[in-house]
Amino acid sequence: MEVLKIATAGSVDDGKSTLIGRLLYDTRSLTSDKIEAIEKSSRKKGLDYLDFSLATDGLVAEREQGITIDVAHIYFSTQKKSYIIADTPGHVEYTRNMVTGASTSEASIILVDARKGVIEQTYRHFFINNLLRIKEVVVAVNKMDLVNYSEEVFNEIVSDFTKLQQDSNFKEQRLTFIPVSALWGENIAERSTAMKWFEGPSVLEHLENIKTENLQETSQARFSVQTVIRPKTNEFHDYRGYAGKVTASSFKVGDEVTVLPSLTTSTIKEICFFEEQFDEAPAGSSVTITLTDDINVARGDMLVKTGEVPEATKEVNATICWMDGKPLLPGNKYLLQHNTNGVLAKIDKINAHIATNFQPAGDASSLKLNEIGSVTLKLSKPVFADSYNKNKENGRFILIDSQTNTTAGVGFIQ
Amino acid sequence: MKPVLKQNPLESEAIYIFREVVAQFENPVLLFSGGKDSITLVRLAQKAFYPSRIPFPLLHIDTGHNFPETIEFRDRLVKELGLQLIVRNVQDDIDNGKAIEEKGKYSSRNGLQTTTLLDAIEEFKFDACIGGARRDEEKARAKERIFSVRNDFGEWDEKNQRPEVFDMLNGRIHLGQNVRVFPISNWTELDVWSYIAAERVEIPSIYFSHEREIFDRDGLIWSASEHVYREDDERIQKRKVRFRTVGDMTCTAAVASEADTIEKIIQEIRGSSISERGARIDDKRSEAAMETRKQQGYF
Ligand SMILES: Nc1nc2c(ncn2[C@@H]2O[C@H](COP(=O)(O)OP(=O)(O)OP(=O)(O)O)[C@@H](O)[C@H]2O)c(=O)[nH]1
Repeated sequence: MEVLKIATAGSVDDGKSTLIGRLLYDTRSLTSDKIEAIEKSSRKKGLDYLDFSLATDGLVAEREQGITIDVAHIYFSTQKKSYIIADTPGHVEYTRNMVTGASTSEASIILVDARKGVIEQTYRHFFINNLLRIKEVVVAVNKMDLVNYSEEVFNEIVSDFTKLQQDSNFKEQRLTFIPVSALWGENIAERSTAMKWFEGPSVLEHLENIKTENLQETSQARFSVQTVIRPKTNEFHDYRGYAGKVTASSFKVGDEVTVLPSLTTSTIKEICFFEEQFDEAPAGSSVTITLTDDINVARGDMLVKTGEVPEATKEVNATICWMDGKPLLPGNKYLLQHNTNGVLAKIDKINAHIATNFQPAGDASSLKLNEIGSVTLKLSKPVFADSYNKNKENGRFILIDSQTNTTAGVGFIQ
Repeated sequence: MKPVLKQNPLESEAIYIFREVVAQFENPVLLFSGGKDSITLVRLAQKAFYPSRIPFPLLHIDTGHNFPETIEFRDRLVKELGLQLIVRNVQDDIDNGKAIEEKGKYSSRNGLQTTTLLDAIEEFKFDACIGGARRDEEKARAKERIFSVRNDFGEWDEKNQRPEVFDMLNGRIHLGQNVRVFPISNWTELDVWSYIAAERVEIPSIYFSHEREIFDRDGLIWSASEHVYREDDERIQKRKVRFRTVGDMTCTAAVASEADTIEKIIQEIRGSSISERGARIDDKRSEAAMETRKQQGYF
């Protein structure tokens, strides 16, 4: 079945968790024991309605504070599609967790509180969606019940939001505006009766109609070697297979390939998956590739089609989203992980601090937790990278703090 | 040779994760319970490294209260695939006083497994423990990363998890820490069953409908066994049942069922209004039961 991965976004209390809970409820994806638990907790909190956010806020601290701290992954399916939804936190403090949730998604739902309109956090999340290049964005104007389901309020928010889009350089993005009340299920799974003036689809109807194949990228094929398979048994005495994942496009038996970084060339002999062999492996498949020549290939190496070799560089300009409490400073060293390859990286300079709110950008002397900036890095060895806009998988990296081992930031190559 | 490979995206993801584990860690282990999720993991591992053998051992934390069918199945699978199996017994920790047996009507050895597990990790210096937990099982699990770092005490710091962006898994840890890895995080119960059906993977017989001696308590069906505490007025009956999860006998309830094939099981789950863990007494203890156990180092 088709799988669609979606992330929610929007400011604190805009109703992300409620919207997901409502989607689950209306598609009958909540089992009776889970509904019972929600009823019980809602009563305990003295509510006269069902608090659907309790379906997704899985940590004690979240339920106590009534906010989402970290991403929850929620699953449901209809006749048409399987959905994986990342319910992300709205609070600025937890922006890095929002990025975590959004990074694995192909579509997103940005919520806006109808009473508040487009606020700083809406802008920040929209910005992050653009940075990630998420093609399909639903803007759900929520809590319409609290503004008397007013068409004017909705139209005003649509026009404010459309202005934001004009500044964006990501023209392939499709925005769809839908007025909803997550709490009362208006325009969630079914079309609203309270907003007859709105002629568009409900959120679910829209999601059902998204064609996932249109969300795929059309970039050059890359294959990062994860591990080398050498069984050394009698039957497979000389077998030497390279295990990894095909990203973008596809590889075929007989393709001439170049191994990076060594730049040696060879031809694909076999594409194996378990006991079978295939003529072609499309993007997304985890396979084992053998080559016609006995050359040296190891983890961290990349196979590309000869003639599609990305440029090698020891200097990288990237947009970095910082995720660590210790700020990024010029001169700092990190381990840069690009696909399965790791190199040392030194921060050369921070070129600009990018404003993700309506304030002017801060000074560019450091990047603090949840800040985004344009940064130049110098590398210990060259990497064969693409720009993120051209090739998502080969155009991103993470920075690892070698003292704490934590993932301190994520970079998008310019 | 076949034309174009069409892989199940969940399978591709799981195999990618397995390969990252082997590349990033020195001493991984697969936590094997004998249930359908860990059987699925074994299948995926087999496919990830073929034609090599699975390059890590299996570890079973045996509560001593397992269904005998599960143990038989386990031993057969290990033999057929030529795997290395390590078993550590909760009973040994009870005998040497490290773990204290619970008493009373709801007593279970489920929580006691944590001590035995953490000791085994220390004994063998495992740096990655691969588990079959899925995010759709329980709300605290829905929050966990695929590579979930645990400190020297096995604890999960749920409010301060490492960012995990795209498919980039960061398995760097300090000496003494370990990572719990969940390759089937994004699978649902139905995905697992569909995979077992498509791959024709064998599973223990207790998943299928069979006649069993049971008794009713709190609206749940319990297996009558010397290991399960039973009140005098809880009468033993015979009924057609099956199990949806096969944990410890003391915390796994059965469901009345006629489903005796995988296809019928899939149909039954599609129509079911109760979640899989609805029959797990360990989660019913409190709203935060799973989170609390995880913080302490549980699977
Ligand atoms: N009246 C009304 N209230 C709503 C609606 N949607 C959500 N709410 C309420 O708004 C509050 C916040 O909702 P949540 O779903 O927890 O918000 P959230 O966006 O998930 O918040 P964070 O995850 O912490 O960022 C709750 O009290 C909801 O009941 C709506 O459509 N109408």
